[in-house]
Amino acid sequence: MATYSTNEFKSGLKIMMDNDPCSILENEFVKPGKGQAFSRVKFRNLKTGRVIERTFKSGDTVEAADVVDVEMQYLYSDGQHWHFMVPETFEQIAADAPAVEDTVKWLKEQDVCVITLWNGVPLSVMPPNTVTLKVVDTDPGLRGDTSGGGTKPATLETGAVVRVPLFVEIGDLLKVNTRTGEYLSRAKA
Amino acid sequence: MQDNLSIEWLPTASLENLRLRARVLAAIRAFFSERGVLEVETPILSSTTVTDPHLHSFTTCYTGPGAPQGRPLCLQTSPEFAMKRLLAAGSGPIYQLGKVFRNEEAGRRHNPEFTLLEWYRPEFDLAALMSEVETLVGLLIGAPQAERLSYADAFARHAGINPHAATVAELKYCALIQNISEPPGLDDGDRDGWLDLLLTHVVEPQLGVGRPVFIFDYPPTQAALARVRPGNPAVAERFELYINGIELANGYHELGDAGEQRRRFDVDRAKRRAAGLPDILPDERLLAALQHGLPDCCGVALGVDRLLMIAVKAQTIDEVMAFPVCRV
Repeated sequence: MATYSTNEFKSGLKIMMDNDPCSILENEFVKPGKGQAFSRVKFRNLKTGRVIERTFKSGDTVEAADVVDVEMQYLYSDGQHWHFMVPETFEQIAADAPAVEDTVKWLKEQDVCVITLWNGVPLSVMPPNTVTLKVVDTDPGLRGDTSGGGTKPATLETGAVVRVPLFVEIGDLLKVNTRTGEYLSRAKA
Repeated sequence: MQDNLSIEWLPTASLENLRLRARVLAAIRAFFSERGVLEVETPILSSTTVTDPHLHSFTTCYTGPGAPQGRPLCLQTSPEFAMKRLLAAGSGPIYQLGKVFRNEEAGRRHNPEFTLLEWYRPEFDLAALMSEVETLVGLLIGAPQAERLSYADAFARHAGINPHAATVAELKYCALIQNISEPPGLDDGDRDGWLDLLLTHVVEPQLGVGRPVFIFDYPPTQAALARVRPGNPAVAERFELYINGIELANGYHELGDAGEQRRRFDVDRAKRRAAGLPDILPDERLLAALQHGLPDCCGVALGVDRLLMIAVKAQTIDEVMAFPVCRV
């Protein structure tokens, strides 16, 4: 079983805590001049997303989590699973609903996502920073209004709803920032 | 790596902060010169080192005339032992400004080598030395007058617990209600470890906020090289200065009893053995100096880098050091 000592702790390191895989966010070394040294660690539970704080004696070890990030292309969903493929090897993998929960509204076929695997099983799916999606529903556009003064909701082909300028029409392709959920620009068809 | 080199050759401190460092070092020397305290230099390399199980010394090896097979030497974690030998030899009040080295310490407030100001005052009591520290720090960074708070009062005020009387179970419960997780490797026999957990996580962040604070009368188990004053409870005649939650200085009414010093070395060595740490032989030259007679004196060590951190409100020690360990 692989382990890490507190001296290896750094942001991004994957460790096992309470039987769940976690990713270290912050690690602070604290020590009184004459006394015990500690590592004060903040980490995110990769299954629940919760941020937790723990303290370790300096030099103690924790179990490593077998967590890797892999770039994969989104293929399709069968309603129960979301299927991804490594473009180079054609290796396929299926993610379940909890793994894509936060991402599903940005998933478009062919897009390359980052899949976080824990012991080979998808834990989470990170969509590209920006995606191009078609508008399937929005109020009629106000022709000529390109000032961007007002906004309205628009439903995209994946089901995501974003605020868009008034001139956007059904059928337009939009670039959207998936991290903030904000409209960026119209894209050329 | 090649890419990083384009920034990694640069100092992490601004040149402005390095100029401040130079001014502070000059002001420290002027302060002690005016007060008739002698500047001394003692060796960085020594055949033995501190026995404290929480301090880890770097070691190196001298090979050459007089040591054909190589002679192991330790880098000092503080100049304390050598300065006490000078005091016993009749030096009178002395100070030293120099680099000290501590292995296994790096973080926002720690770098494995740092600049320490250490000075000794024969005939001063702790109150007089605290006043002198206060005057110096006021002069250097304009810090206001410091509060004086016992270790017990600091814990009572900020953690709601009596650090002299509380059982380990009570200390654990205190950590629990403060939302501090139990460090898996901290065992029940290590009462001082639990006190240190509460100190670093709960008490320290609140010390010296608004104005500096001297903490004094430490548990006798944390006396280090300070005298213990009998009483109920007995306390170590030791103080620490905190500013904005940062531990800045550590002072003692210096232990002068050679027998007691040897006993403390032995207690430390037993703890080192139990923890699987390398053994460290007692510094026999220090013990001989104490046997000869150390003048009744108080001494204090002050972290110059941390003083600069406070002066410029730095978040990390790297902001006041030209090249911290990540850039060497």
